Amino acid sequence: MKPYLRAMRWLFHIGRYMQLLSASFRRPEKGRVFRRLFIRELDAIGTQSIGIVALLSLFMGAVICLQTAHQIGGWIPVYTIGFTVRQTMILEFSPTLIPVILAGKVGSNIASQIGTMRVTEQIDALEIMGVNSAGYLILPKILAGLCIVPFLVILSMFMGIGAGAWVGVATGVSSLADFEYGMQVDFHVFDVIYALTKTVAFGFILTSVSAYHGYYAAGGALEVGRSSTRAVVWSVVIIMVANLILTQMLLN
Amino acid sequence: MIELHHISKSFGEHEVLKDVGATFERGQVNFVIGRSGSGKSVMTKCTVGLIEPDQGHVSFDGRNFTALSRRDRKEIRQEIGMLFQGSALFDSMTVLENVSFPLKMFSNMSDPEISKRALECLDRVELADAGSRFPAECSGGMQKRVGIARAIAMNPKYLFCDEPNSGLDPQTAIVIDQLIMEITREYNMTTVVISHDMNSVMEASDTIHFVHEGRILWRGDRAGLLAGGVPELEEFVFASELMRRIRKAGEI
Repeated sequence: MKPYLRAMRWLFHIGRYMQLLSASFRRPEKGRVFRRLFIRELDAIGTQSIGIVALLSLFMGAVICLQTAHQIGGWIPVYTIGFTVRQTMILEFSPTLIPVILAGKVGSNIASQIGTMRVTEQIDALEIMGVNSAGYLILPKILAGLCIVPFLVILSMFMGIGAGAWVGVATGVSSLADFEYGMQVDFHVFDVIYALTKTVAFGFILTSVSAYHGYYAAGGALEVGRSSTRAVVWSVVIIMVANLILTQMLLN
Repeated sequence: MIELHHISKSFGEHEVLKDVGATFERGQVNFVIGRSGSGKSVMTKCTVGLIEPDQGHVSFDGRNFTALSRRDRKEIRQEIGMLFQGSALFDSMTVLENVSFPLKMFSNMSDPEISKRALECLDRVELADAGSRFPAECSGGMQKRVGIARAIAMNPKYLFCDEPNSGLDPQTAIVIDQLIMEITREYNMTTVVISHDMNSVMEASDTIHFVHEGRILWRGDRAGLLAGGVPELEEFVFASELMRRIRKAGEI
């Protein structure tokens, strides 16, 4: 495809994404119905993801601990293990990789759910009734993502650091006192604020980009599958680009 | 009464509707028939506002629907019920929740009143005991009847049925046809049925519009349909051996 056509296609998607967001953020028809949908999405995005987030965080924290112990040899202080586990979990693993994992789990679910509704005319049915389909289907997911993803990330931080400490002590690479000292050394609250700021942005990206791909699915089951794949790929790509931009903006 | 005035619609180079004009009378079952790809579904989608026509306008009892903003259209949309080809029931909701949905979104009724009205509608389509089932647990005919119950929940003035009998056996199809006829009389609605099923046309139609290559080529009633006169219409109506035999029997 010629570069200008590719650029035009990108502009088309960006414009349509903005239009969809604008339609999504209109006032909901019924507050009571919206609240119910919002709570359901909190459960779907949040509660149902706790298991996978906890599992991955436990193993990552443990592995970071063992890798750091292996790297420091005998000439770097042992408390560095606690320091490295804390910094890795707070700065990058939890705020960036957890949303990437959620893009795979939650994002594909959002895209296939909305995509199926599109190809089976359920979205047309909403529109015919006079329901703002974008607001009804997408806004609760975006708001739930904004609210619940930071909590999952905080959970991930605690689980990862806790697992690191446990594995460090259990394998004898660090004492609990050294690990605790490392965890506290040179700690800046701003690091947590930076991490949670990124997380809110990534929660928005993973829900809205996935919803966009599902909402404009066309055709049949094959296309719903493709839209689901596109949702995951684009969510991850955009999260990574946003990560770079936000890191540059917030840390400088 | 629904009126279509000089409706034209193209997709790229392909002109699907060409200066279409039609009138659908109140209290009657108005059939729109034609071959696949003749433009009848696009005509319906233009009528209900799912697709914007390039030219012309649609009016509902004298109200110019096409000229209205999205917000102002909502009022008319709440007077429209639609039965989709694939039923388009919300698969995450039970049958009762599906029928209650428009009432929850747009009425000021209390929950018990909503349930009562939804059960009345289900009773009208003889599905009063199926309220707790999910759409996936219902047969094709039941899903169509639930679709009808949902469509009439808000006491609509206008009912659109897109291929209401597709995928149904002949006996169930007759049940659906009769139900459409009966509720049209009961609610004094303007009903528009899109179909290419000649059995349905002969069973339930009051007026018939024949669409051919994006134009309304003929308008009349059942007797006129069998009398023929327009070559394209004859080709469509008497395509099957059964219909040719009916004509032959009529001549004898």
